[in-house]
Parts: sequence; C-alpha cells; structure tokens
Amino acid sequence: MDFANSEAAAGPQAGDALPASARSAVKVVVVGGFGVGKTTLVGAVSEIRPLTTEETMTQAGAGVDSLVGAEHKTETTVAMDFGRISIDERLVLYLFGTPGQERFWFLWKGLFEGALGAVVLIDTRRLEISFSVVNRLEERGVPFVIAVNNFPDSPCHPMSDIRAALDLPDHVPMVTCDARDRSSSRDVLMALMRYLHSLTTAPRSDSD
Amino acid sequence: MSGGDPPRYQGQGKGQGIEGGPERLYVVTAGRDRAAEPVPLDLVTLIVSRGKPARGMQPEHAAILRMCTRPLSLVEISAYTGLPASTVSVLLTDLVDGGQVETRAPVPAAELPDPKLLEAVMDGLRKL
Repeated sequence: MDFANSEAAAGPQAGDALPASARSAVKVVVVGGFGVGKTTLVGAVSEIRPLTTEETMTQAGAGVDSLVGAEHKTETTVAMDFGRISIDERLVLYLFGTPGQERFWFLWKGLFEGALGAVVLIDTRRLEISFSVVNRLEERGVPFVIAVNNFPDSPCHPMSDIRAALDLPDHVPMVTCDARDRSSSRDVLMALMRYLHSLTTAPRSDSD
Repeated sequence: MSGGDPPRYQGQGKGQGIEGGPERLYVVTAGRDRAAEPVPLDLVTLIVSRGKPARGMQPEHAAILRMCTRPLSLVEISAYTGLPASTVSVLLTDLVDGGQVETRAPVPAAELPDPKLLEAVMDGLRKL
C-alpha cells in the first residue's frame, strides 16, 4: 500500500537499465488483433521482458477525458505491452504492441505521432480484423508492413491472395514470420526499416 | 502459441504499485488531468534525474527520481509505477518545471525518417 516503500516502484533491475549515454529514442508500433502474437513478437526481440502500461478508458469511449465528473461513467482498464532494443550507445528503439481497434490508439497520447512506422501482424485465420487496421493506418499516413504470423494450424494462403483480400497496395511489403522466433521477428523489423528507407530515397508514387 | 500475459511489474499482488482507481490518480496529480504546459513529453522521452529526492517530496515524485538515475522512458516509468502514462506525464511535468529531471526528446517526428537514422536502426537490428 505504501508507494514509497513499494518494491514495484523501484524501477528497472540493474540489467534492464539503459546506458547513461542513451540520448534519444524511436518508436515502432506493432498492431494486431487480440491473440495474434503482438506481445510474443515484441518479447522475441526485446532486450527486456515486455512491460505493460495501462490507461483508463471511460465507457463513453471519449478516451482520456478529465476524470473530474466521471463518477457515473464506467472505467475500463486497457493494457499495452512494450519492449525495447538498444540500437547503439545513444539510440533506443521501443516496440509497442497495440490492439487493432482504433479507439484504443487514442488512449496513449502520441503513440503514432513520431513513430517510424508500424507492423500489422496478421493471423490468416482471422483476416477480417485486419481490414480496418490497414485502412486506419493509411488514413493516418503511417507507413507499415504486413507480417503474417504463421500459426501451426493456419491455412496456407498465397501472399497474393492475402494482398488481394486486404486490398493492399503493391508497394506495401508483406512478410511471413514466426513471432516466437527472435531472428524471424527481427527480420520483420528489418523489412519495415528497408521499406521506410526505400520511401526516403525513391519518389513516392501517389497513384493510390 | 501465445506467449501468454506478460509479467506485470507493478507487483506480485495486493499492496504493491499504486492502487485505488481513478480517485487515487486524481489525488496524485492534484486534480490535473493533463500537463498544464505543452512540454513535449512523448511516451519514449527519456528521463534522467538531476539529483536525489528531497525530504517531504510527494512519494510519486521521489519514486520517479529514484528510478531515473539512468535514462528511462516515460512509458517504462508508467510500467514500473503502475500509473497510467497520462498520469506519469503530469508528474514528470512537475519535475521538469522544478528542474529535478532532465528530458531527452525522441528523434523529432518528420514526414519521413532520416535515412541515416534508419540505417543506424538496421545496423543495430543486425546485431540482435
């Protein structure tokens, strides 16, 4: 009960602390439906065990309104898991695993603002959840890649079928992955970085 | 195949972290629901303490100062205290105003990221 003496408020263990030289951070958001493996992917590449941040949402769905006068509203706690990769002595990459429903995105102010880009993690058994995610990211101008998480019992769809089903523009990269595997998940992030890099060096086609 | 729920660092059970629901959050921020000044605090702004907590300091402020002897992002402070990021943002604004913490801003948002930055990230990922 006593916050000041609470072990939970002690902060990171020594091994989880960033070097004093860490100067700046960047964000990547991993978006996907419940149970698609967002936290698994984040945990596979993170140098710390994934942490959880929570926000309170009012039932009215108004997001992070004032709590004043909220006595009659129902409060719901929404959790978001995240991990961290130290890129070098100065730069840190944070990975946020975020629910696919857009109404949750506003709970964390600035989640997408300033993010390098997003990974949309997809489960081919429940492809329909991904439609709105793809649309919302396109509307917001957040560059993204699609990562198909291969579950053992996933139906084996050709990538072209998934691309067609999601109505995905040709320039958006698609990769398959095993979110449990470190190098596979790392490759997903590499695919995003390569894509972002290509956007900075090539003239963007504005045809779509 | 799911990795299951991640560990909750806000405590193994009752009596750890900050409890008490919205009213409690209202109290620790003295009724402010967001930072008064538009201090550009992002989820990944890195926070570093400039000194030790003073006697009589609000426990939440003191806890933040203690855990930020090395750089720590706003969202990690949220995870370790069990407080929402929006609440941590308010608390941090107090500490920034009081000169008790240093902030290290994220790489500025731009239409498209700097290719050099992306190359640095790729180099880092290759080492994983």
